[in-house]
Amino acid sequence: MRGGRLSARLAGLALLAGLAVLVSVRVGAVPLSLSEITDALRGEGDPTAIAIVRQLRVPRAVVAGLVGAALAASGATFQALLRNPLAEPYILGVSGGAAVGAVGAIVLGWAAYAGWAVPVAAFVGATVAILLVLRIAASVGRSLDTRVLLLAGVVVGSFFNACILLALTLTDAESFRSAIFWMMGSFAGASWTVAGVLSLYLLPAILLLIALARPLNLMAIGEETAGYLGASVERVKLVAYATASLLTAAAVAASGVIGFVGLIIPHVIRLLWGGDHRFLIPASALLGAAFLVTADAIARTAAAPTELPVGVVTAFVGVPFFVWLLRRRTV
Amino acid sequence: MTSRPGRSHPQSNRQPIPPLGWSIEDVSYRYPGADRHAVEGFTADIRPGSCTAVLGPNGSGKSTLLRVLLRAAAPHTGRIRLGGRPLDDWSRRDLARAIGVVPQQEELSFPITVRELVAMGRYPHLGALRPAGAHDRLAVEQAMERSDVVPFAERFVETLSGGERQRARLARALAQEPSVLALDEPTLALDIRHEMEIFELVRTLVTAGVTVLLVTHNINLAARYADALLLMDRGRLVASGPPGRVLRRGLIETVYDWPVLTTEHPGPGHDAGAVQIIPLARGAEYSRGREER
Repeated sequence: MRGGRLSARLAGLALLAGLAVLVSVRVGAVPLSLSEITDALRGEGDPTAIAIVRQLRVPRAVVAGLVGAALAASGATFQALLRNPLAEPYILGVSGGAAVGAVGAIVLGWAAYAGWAVPVAAFVGATVAILLVLRIAASVGRSLDTRVLLLAGVVVGSFFNACILLALTLTDAESFRSAIFWMMGSFAGASWTVAGVLSLYLLPAILLLIALARPLNLMAIGEETAGYLGASVERVKLVAYATASLLTAAAVAASGVIGFVGLIIPHVIRLLWGGDHRFLIPASALLGAAFLVTADAIARTAAAPTELPVGVVTAFVGVPFFVWLLRRRTV
Repeated sequence: MTSRPGRSHPQSNRQPIPPLGWSIEDVSYRYPGADRHAVEGFTADIRPGSCTAVLGPNGSGKSTLLRVLLRAAAPHTGRIRLGGRPLDDWSRRDLARAIGVVPQQEELSFPITVRELVAMGRYPHLGALRPAGAHDRLAVEQAMERSDVVPFAERFVETLSGGERQRARLARALAQEPSVLALDEPTLALDIRHEMEIFELVRTLVTAGVTVLLVTHNINLAARYADALLLMDRGRLVASGPPGRVLRRGLIETVYDWPVLTTEHPGPGHDAGAVQIIPLARGAEYSRGREER
């Protein structure tokens, strides 16, 4: 493949993400025309429209895009790292840890004091999960065995899920409801602050993953052979694990647990254009952004005035795709 | 396979790496939890620019020895030098530039094409970020021609037969432009033509100054193509030297625990006169015994 064609594809995907943002800003309880949107962005015209565009819809679409990019890039990395096509960002317990943090903050009533309490608690919980899984996996054998990593992640995830069930059983109805809504995932809490923090975090992480792309390619032929070809396999595994996990942690902290983006988007790119990670990672990020922005637009409008959980929309698209993927024997 | 005797593989602006050999001194290795050493007290020299074949029964430690020599396993005792330098002093990248490895088997986790697989051989020269240049593409093309994988270069590796995969892996190792080629059972799944072509290619490479280290069960082809044999039994080196000196009937019968007779390759060919081993049918050794008596 020539570099020019790859750049054209990335530009096309970026355009797609931009279009998704535009459509997402237009639709909603108050549909807006293109000219109303451009006026509002310039600060002219109807003050309500200005508020809707500047304070609600644009930051929300941007956060959805950043979260979609983070989950898809993280999913592509986990699939390469664990040498498993069914790997996804939550497979190693990051979402479980984040959920324990978030549910804990809700149940203990911290959420009522400050808006940032839940995302911060979720991020802390996710980080604890990452360190715990790494600690367990690293204590078995001399090198980081990805099969052990996978088992440790699944076990830690199950443990955290049990903690969540316990907390939910013991809490009152209002906290229960809030916790369930958080776990279903939503961009209702999106703001420019969240968008800013996420993008500061996302861009260097994705650049780092792209720098690891060639060694991640080598992982497809096995760790031992990758070592014979000169890849620092242990370091690559550690850096890829940490980067992808922290990306997932940031995404979950911003918007709760949104499934299937991290699983299906890398597979769509692979099926369309092959699995070279130098292209796969940035392309997954862009398509993940476009997909999740669109899914959020659907979630807001499909059953208006009720807002569907965005995880429901991604799963309704994701489950049929997943079944189809399982039935394809070549992947 | 295009054989171009005497012609080295493409080395453009870089200095060609001089032929490298190993010197192995009293090396032992034991797998964690195993009750005996997989390789024990192993001492030998693998001469630069020669073809050395490691022979021995199943489980005699051949592949483990290879992994130790490639630094994939750290020996518990002993010293290994490659090109006069302690093996541990080699940087990961220099080692990958010097040695091309064809492992016995590889499990792919994601579908990749033969061309992509072969292009991975350029990683030691490119690292994580440098884009591939004209020389890298030339090295990949030539490696694919030499291993006869051009007809299926765009196919997915998993759709290939075992022998075709083996040749694709060989092409990847050749694309590294190594000065040492290490092969673990390179002709296991190959038909006569492709097996012979691999050994002929090995001869061509050795003529061009490449050191070839080969683990194989094919004693007779090793006897015809290798300059030196290392015969292993239960982790130990039991004989080494030119094929005619290692492949003695009594020794082979003891090591493999099976009656054999030795003969000579009748020719024609560059390998005429090479010693050949013929395993006997059960019971045949008694009639042989009577004749000899």
